[in-house]
Amino acid sequence: MKKPAVATAVLVATTSLSATAALADLNLYCSAQEEWCQIMEKSFEEATGIDVAMTRKSSGETFAQLQAEASNPKGDVWWGGTGDPHLQAAEEDLTEPYVSPMRDQLHPWAIAQATSAGDKTIGIYSGALGFGYNSDMLAKAGLPAPACWEDLTKPEYKGMVQMANPNSSGTAYTTLATMVQLFGEDGGFDYMKRLHANINQYTKSGSAPIKAAGQGETLIGIVFMHDAVAQTVAGFPVVTVAPCEGTGYEIGSMSIIKGARNMEEAKKFYDWALSVEAQNLALQVNAFQVMSNVGAAKSDKAPDMAALKLIDYDFKTYGSSDERKRLLSKWDSDVSTLPQ
Amino acid sequence: MLIFWIVAGWVGYCLLPWYGVEKFWSLEWLLDGWPLDKDYAPAAVLVAMGQKLWLLPMALSLIAPLAVMGRRKSDPVFARVLIVAGAFGFGWLVAQGLGIGLRGFTAPWLEALFGPLEDRQFGMGYGAMITATAFLFLLTTGIAARGAVNGDVFVMSAIGGVIAVVTIFVFFPIAKMLMAAFVTDDGGYSLLVFFAKFFDARIWGLGCLSGGRCGVAWNSLFLAVLVGVLTTLLGLAFALVLTRSGFRYKRVLRALTVLPIITPPFVIGLAIILLLGLSGTVTTTVAEILGISPTRWVYGLPGVLIAQLLAFTPIAFLVLIGVVEGVSPSMEEAAQTLRASRWQTFRTVSLPLMRPGLANAFLLGFIESMADFGNPLVLGGNFDVLSTEIFFAIVGAQYDQSRAAILAVVLLGFTLGAFYLQRFWLGKKSYTTITGKGDAGVHPAMPRGLAIPVYAVVALWSTFTVVVYGMILYGSVVQLWGVDDTLTFKHYLTAFRVEWGEAGLRWTGSAWDSFWTTILIATLAAPLTAALGLITAYLLTRQNFAGKRAFEFGTMLSFAIPGTVIGVAYILAFNVPPIEITGTGLILVISFIFRNMPVGVRAGIASMSQLDKSLDESSLTLGANSWHTFRAVILPLLRPAILAALVYSFVRAMTAISAVIFLVSARYDMATSYIIGRVENNDYGLAIAYSTALIFVMLAAVGLLQLMVGRTRIGRRTSHAEGH
Repeated sequence: MKKPAVATAVLVATTSLSATAALADLNLYCSAQEEWCQIMEKSFEEATGIDVAMTRKSSGETFAQLQAEASNPKGDVWWGGTGDPHLQAAEEDLTEPYVSPMRDQLHPWAIAQATSAGDKTIGIYSGALGFGYNSDMLAKAGLPAPACWEDLTKPEYKGMVQMANPNSSGTAYTTLATMVQLFGEDGGFDYMKRLHANINQYTKSGSAPIKAAGQGETLIGIVFMHDAVAQTVAGFPVVTVAPCEGTGYEIGSMSIIKGARNMEEAKKFYDWALSVEAQNLALQVNAFQVMSNVGAAKSDKAPDMAALKLIDYDFKTYGSSDERKRLLSKWDSDVSTLPQ
Repeated sequence: MLIFWIVAGWVGYCLLPWYGVEKFWSLEWLLDGWPLDKDYAPAAVLVAMGQKLWLLPMALSLIAPLAVMGRRKSDPVFARVLIVAGAFGFGWLVAQGLGIGLRGFTAPWLEALFGPLEDRQFGMGYGAMITATAFLFLLTTGIAARGAVNGDVFVMSAIGGVIAVVTIFVFFPIAKMLMAAFVTDDGGYSLLVFFAKFFDARIWGLGCLSGGRCGVAWNSLFLAVLVGVLTTLLGLAFALVLTRSGFRYKRVLRALTVLPIITPPFVIGLAIILLLGLSGTVTTTVAEILGISPTRWVYGLPGVLIAQLLAFTPIAFLVLIGVVEGVSPSMEEAAQTLRASRWQTFRTVSLPLMRPGLANAFLLGFIESMADFGNPLVLGGNFDVLSTEIFFAIVGAQYDQSRAAILAVVLLGFTLGAFYLQRFWLGKKSYTTITGKGDAGVHPAMPRGLAIPVYAVVALWSTFTVVVYGMILYGSVVQLWGVDDTLTFKHYLTAFRVEWGEAGLRWTGSAWDSFWTTILIATLAAPLTAALGLITAYLLTRQNFAGKRAFEFGTMLSFAIPGTVIGVAYILAFNVPPIEITGTGLILVISFIFRNMPVGVRAGIASMSQLDKSLDESSLTLGANSWHTFRAVILPLLRPAILAALVYSFVRAMTAISAVIFLVSARYDMATSYIIGRVENNDYGLAIAYSTALIFVMLAAVGLLQLMVGRTRIGRRTSHAEGH
């Protein structure tokens, strides 16, 4: 009697296991934070009745997956995550061009992102680069509060600044590209060298430095400002700084995957995700980026993009594979090998 | 048996849908146009309709065996026909599956040879699967009939089966991934590029000898050797205290040693930061006492080493406890009767007999450390190791698959080196101590000179473990770990809320989905892993066949490669026909089976090399066949190994992350990938609460497994008092 029971249990279990994800009406790859992804999934289901299967992975992981799945795509639409991998996916022809009727409601930077990639991607939010510090530690050490990029190279912050490794993190690559655009190539690398003397660790993940600052494991972390604000809102003693020299920014993007099995639904999601209704969901999950729809609501905690000195970031040049490889290998040989 | 498999082959070819159906177990296809609908048609029907004509030649291999069914096994024609039919059928099936894919021929040279193909095919389904198995069985029966492994059909089929699955699920994906190591920037293949990238200073640099930084290869090697040696010593210390001392709270100690193995990744790392980090409790206290300013000392080698020792000592312990228990007390008693002191006995009798356990424990610690990815990520600081470099070469801003593949080659080289070193050290000596003869001795207590340091180490380590876990438990019930210490249960509520609604019980907590998926997948994977591991171990220790070394190496391979590489390799290999299983729960189960099987193999080998062959021989002499011997004699004596394999694979399925992160899909999200999402999102409280809940679930599961498997009764006295 025992054996058939076990066999049935295994059979029932595997039945539910091997139904493929292709049964959903829309397969969404999501590269924003978990809660944001979930609320997007649920709200879209409620708004349209289309069944969504969502997978959350970082933008790098999703890009690796798109490459691996290129000959037989499993996903339909890829929403969120920094713009570079989206641009790269467009460059490698992994994504599908689409011109949404929602375009006239968007900020110019969101549309610029689309035109630079042959309409294969579009901006959904943007966030400026900056840094944050742990105010408790700062007070304890009796140090002045940093306000500019240049302050971070001062000797009193030696061993107290943390940033991600540009080889592994899109955030840190944006930092490198920003410095090159802000101070010129020579000046930018000179800055990175002086900063290197103060760095205590190059982390692997882009938002790790500000989490370390929140926990008191470093004084200053160089990250996107909305990540620093999220730390403060979560209750950590973190103060966000918009650097006085001006700064670069990222454009979180969305793309439709080439060869999507549910193209109709993918386009529906795409249009919906650009609407005011969908973009207002960001505030419910403490995402403090600036949304791409002109009519989307803003939080008073979010850094005010209008008050920032933003550089004219050249996504096309600095997002291309060749320029990226060149800058990274230069950073590797000229900066990372220096003694600290 | 032969008739059964011939019939199965025909059923697979003529009745079942040849290609994969959308839902593997549902029988929808029966009502939905089968057998004539193109998607559900069996191979024979397709061929009869003039489609997919490349499936036709396999019919020959199904017809041929019918002709020899009546013949005797010893007839050479019988063997020859089966071998030819099985090999041809299997080979053809594989070749057509690889050669013809979604877009016709898969390789340019095939197209050049046969001209373009207008047709295409999808992933294989039940028909193909069953027919393939039948061909394999025909082949192995044929080989056994020719006299290989004493004509033993069970052993031969087991060897054939294990080779087939290991080839499909280990060699094939890894080969696909490693091909990437030779790819140049413009998509061609080149040896020169490989060597240029391989001898990169960032991999092999020796800068640390002169004050700079060393290459990742040296970092990993140094760390792994250190972890291998230290985990083995710690594991041995725990095993000795449990088996050879009068220590009273053995149960507690045993639970404590298993605790780290059932802890989801990142949690230990976070706890160590809160204790030993720059603002950590211990660091700040010590700094205050000594009057110095606190430092980030823990980031780098020290932190990773501590975390890995915590995490991997239990594995060494699980391997060693079986071996240390198994060492024959009679031999130790004999030595003492001959007037050897306790210390001499330990050094010259007990310790040498534990060598297989020590070697296997070291090997596992070494490999685990090499492949570990969570701890270096959290605590590594600027101390880079191969596994994290591989991960970020794939997913980081570089997107450099070929660099990842090259680093994987380096890593593989190290693990293989360790593997051969271990074989060399063990040599050809015999470690058999459990024989069919009565053995009613009692293990002597440890010599005093050894007992004192062993007790000290165990006490120290236990205290540390308790403190770390106290921190974790505490972290799950405070508002914000390290900042706001108000007690709260809100994290547990968010994760595991259950409500009574109109429709009955509703699982409204955010963690339930991933929780049930994880339990289901772990429950399916564990017994399969243990079975495959122990059968392999049996073949390796008890049977002799050509290519045994290569076979053993193959079964260890998937363990030696970090999960990240396996994850990407699986996507590359199994997203396209002939085997199309990405996005299913099946791929998770399969990846766990082949990732964790080596532990079953190692534990099985270590235990089996202690069982005297005369046990098998007497069973065989009394007329049992090898299957019966395995089931009725060997298996019951292997209970510790079975338990180790079951526990390990269940637990790993619940705590592994690196391969999983690539293989989870929307429907099948796993607990660990959910937890990492929370950690990324600063939701430490929820992540830790979920991990804590998982720890308790696993503790319960381990207890349950222990009850189900039972203990080996080796017929020894349990203690001096009860012995008489």
